[in-house]
Amino acid sequence: MTSESKGLKAYLSAHMRDYGLLFALIAIMAFFQIVTEGTLMRPVNITNLFLQNSYIIIMALGMLIVIVAGHIDLSVGSVMGFIGALAAVMIVNYDIPVAVTIPVCLVLGGLIGAAQGYWVAFWRIPSFIATLAGMLVFRGASLWLLEGQSVGPFPQSFQVLSTGFVADIFPQAMTSPIAEAVGARNFNLLALSVGAVASMVIIWLGLRGRARAKAYGIEGEPSAFFWGRNVIVLGALMFLTFKLSTFRGLPNVLVTMGILIVIYAFITQNTVIGRRVYALGGNEKAAKLSGIKTERLTFFAFVNMGVLAALAGLIFAARLNTATPKAGFGMELDVIAAVFIGGASMSGGSGKIVGAVVGAFIMGVMNNGMSIVGIGIDYQQMIKGLVLLAAVIFDVYNKQKQG
Amino acid sequence: MSILLEMKDITKEFPGVKALDQVNLKVREGEIHAICGENGAGKSTLMKVLSGVYPVGTYDGEIHYGGALAQFRNLRDSEDQGIVIIHQELALIPELSIAENLFIGNERQSGGVMNWHETFRRTEELLRKVGLTEAPGTIVDRIGVGKQQLVEIAKALAKDVRLLILDEPTAALQENDSRKLLDLMLELKAQGVTCIIISHKLNEVRYVADTVTVIRDGMAVSTLDAKAGFEEDDIVRDMVGRDMSHRYPERTRFAGDLLLEVEDWNVWHPEHTERQVIRDISFNVRAGEVVGIAGLMGSGRTELAMSIFGRSWGRNISGKARLKGSAVDLGSVDRAIKAGLAYVTEDRKSLGLVLDESIKFNTTLAKLEGVSTRGVLDENAETEVAERYRKALGTRTPSVFQKVGNLSGGNQQKVVLGKWLFTGPEVLILDEPTRGIDVGAKYEIYSIINDLSAQGKGVVMISSEMPELLGMCDRIYVMNEGAFVGEMPASEASQERIMSLIVTE
Repeated sequence: MTSESKGLKAYLSAHMRDYGLLFALIAIMAFFQIVTEGTLMRPVNITNLFLQNSYIIIMALGMLIVIVAGHIDLSVGSVMGFIGALAAVMIVNYDIPVAVTIPVCLVLGGLIGAAQGYWVAFWRIPSFIATLAGMLVFRGASLWLLEGQSVGPFPQSFQVLSTGFVADIFPQAMTSPIAEAVGARNFNLLALSVGAVASMVIIWLGLRGRARAKAYGIEGEPSAFFWGRNVIVLGALMFLTFKLSTFRGLPNVLVTMGILIVIYAFITQNTVIGRRVYALGGNEKAAKLSGIKTERLTFFAFVNMGVLAALAGLIFAARLNTATPKAGFGMELDVIAAVFIGGASMSGGSGKIVGAVVGAFIMGVMNNGMSIVGIGIDYQQMIKGLVLLAAVIFDVYNKQKQG
Repeated sequence: MSILLEMKDITKEFPGVKALDQVNLKVREGEIHAICGENGAGKSTLMKVLSGVYPVGTYDGEIHYGGALAQFRNLRDSEDQGIVIIHQELALIPELSIAENLFIGNERQSGGVMNWHETFRRTEELLRKVGLTEAPGTIVDRIGVGKQQLVEIAKALAKDVRLLILDEPTAALQENDSRKLLDLMLELKAQGVTCIIISHKLNEVRYVADTVTVIRDGMAVSTLDAKAGFEEDDIVRDMVGRDMSHRYPERTRFAGDLLLEVEDWNVWHPEHTERQVIRDISFNVRAGEVVGIAGLMGSGRTELAMSIFGRSWGRNISGKARLKGSAVDLGSVDRAIKAGLAYVTEDRKSLGLVLDESIKFNTTLAKLEGVSTRGVLDENAETEVAERYRKALGTRTPSVFQKVGNLSGGNQQKVVLGKWLFTGPEVLILDEPTRGIDVGAKYEIYSIINDLSAQGKGVVMISSEMPELLGMCDRIYVMNEGAFVGEMPASEASQERIMSLIVTE
């Protein structure tokens, strides 16, 4: 074996998890694309996929931080339902303007997170118990608030939160020839341009990172892997944005979600506060003796989770155009599953935003694909459960092989 | 005497490292055979090969045991043949009784139903053998570490042991408990049990061992016979591969201005609020001075250090602290760090390091603002800092991106020291800085301490090893039961003098 191929193999085995996750997503998408006879990748369905999973992904961002910090939040589904209910009552029943309702809901989400985080951080109540209590409380609170009824519909100004699309900035004269050429009714050039710009930024960041690593003599990703991975990721990105272009363009939710993913990936990987969260989850005592205010950090992880759960609640309610007492029921488990499929460790200290997002998409594509094929909800649950188990077994197996 | 165990040309490779390289080991029936070597030399790996933790086929070479070729596929196989290994970390279940612990996995039973009479009777017998008078029903948690170690041996005896392997059995024990354990080993030897002992403590090796095999860098470098006579220095020389005439590096001593002064320090226990743990302690450290705190385990040394370092331990803390003559606020860890204090913890694995993270991650952890601008980390600056301290402290690692969990004890300690040096401290409190570290690495840590004092930093050194304090310090405080009972310049100190202060108070 040549030394280079040995290096490749060693690199692959050390990063099996990252590549495995990506390939699992691609394989699952390819599988359902075939069994649904192309329905999965139709522009309208892709749009749907994003809409359906946006709230899971948004909550997964917060959950990843909570889990990395060594905790768990079981209340997010209930909080999400509660905030959706509150928004409905405020807007529909009391005619409070949307522009007032949204900030109020987000702040209240933060307060709910604070109320739970307070006990976990400063009283050392196990987060499992504190948030299990929260889950029951807010499930009850939603019922109480809605008096057991569904409340809706929402005004258009609220619905756009979920179902709106970003209008094209390019003139019709430019886009209609393209629409004709690709055989679509209209073509949203903005969506495709955003895809192209995002691709360039990703490549630029990747190359810059590699150049830096090289300057420091760090052995980074082998170039074959770097390019292979980027071709796949960027190809997928361009493909998806092209598909979206031929439908109605970029959904508002996708934009919100995309921006949040970038922000949270940056916070977790490149900032002092992100680093401290990993230290807290990795070894709380050592973090504390290094001058890190671990209690405060834990507290804010829950506050952040509360805000994101509130945002998810608003988006969910806007999408369904009604708030129901059952909204968010069991959603926390989907969120937690996404984070664990994404490679986070139950004991804290490890896990990445990108992993959690891909994990959420794996679950989302499976849900969507199985529904299209017509697999019953009973089988869907069983299959999802087994996928979660398989992902975690894969993790543990990999760790043992390395250790 | 016949050969009980012979390991021939054992080679064990892990991805990237050769942990054992053609190691030969011969153990005679009925002897006590010591294996010495630095941390990471391959002692534990060799024992894992022997006991079947690394099953046959995963290593090269042959093991002959009791005259036959041994092919152990797991621990069970080797235990069936009477090979029992007692690990450094005790494997007792603290919430269960002694009797239950002794027969775990080996229960006295019929058809799955416990035979408690038989269990207790056998337990009493075994406890007598190891010189314990505890009742079989005593919960393991209630007896001290020394006695727990004896229970471990009783557990081994319950399995009809023929070859007993003890991996650093006295690491956590006090002097007299250690002695008891070693005497028990001699007694077992008289009863025909063969022992292998892995130890860092050379005086103990001299006390019990008939033969010593020294392992260095995965190779058996020498075998010394007790009858032929050997000195501790012989072992040390073979372990580190060089002559170690001076165990403590030379230092030009000077004491500058007062750095840290602590006055009337009082601390109460955080849970048992009526218990006062630290009483009226006052001490000081000057620039360039190494000050030792001697005392037995449990005398309150760590509690003192932690209560000073940002009130990380205890409650109702009172007392004054001055740094360079002016009052200083040490009310939280980050303020203590900013004031110029650093505390290197006694237990580096659970209190000092994030084991799953890299050297780089750990090095910058206590001063992230030094490698970031407006809260955004600069990876390059971090790498540079980590590299700087890796070189300065001589941490042996392929790169700073290595997980600290994979490093040896000595190298881990250097990472911890690097982390604290990066905070730019005036005064460093080092709590048992050389615990669990081999001789070679100890010397390097001592040299680092001397460098610090040469730079005009104040060092407070807490240690249970009195020779270390005598060899390293300028001044020694003696602590007992939460109070300082004496202070002396190191030149006037001796082990006897320190001990007598502790005992008479």
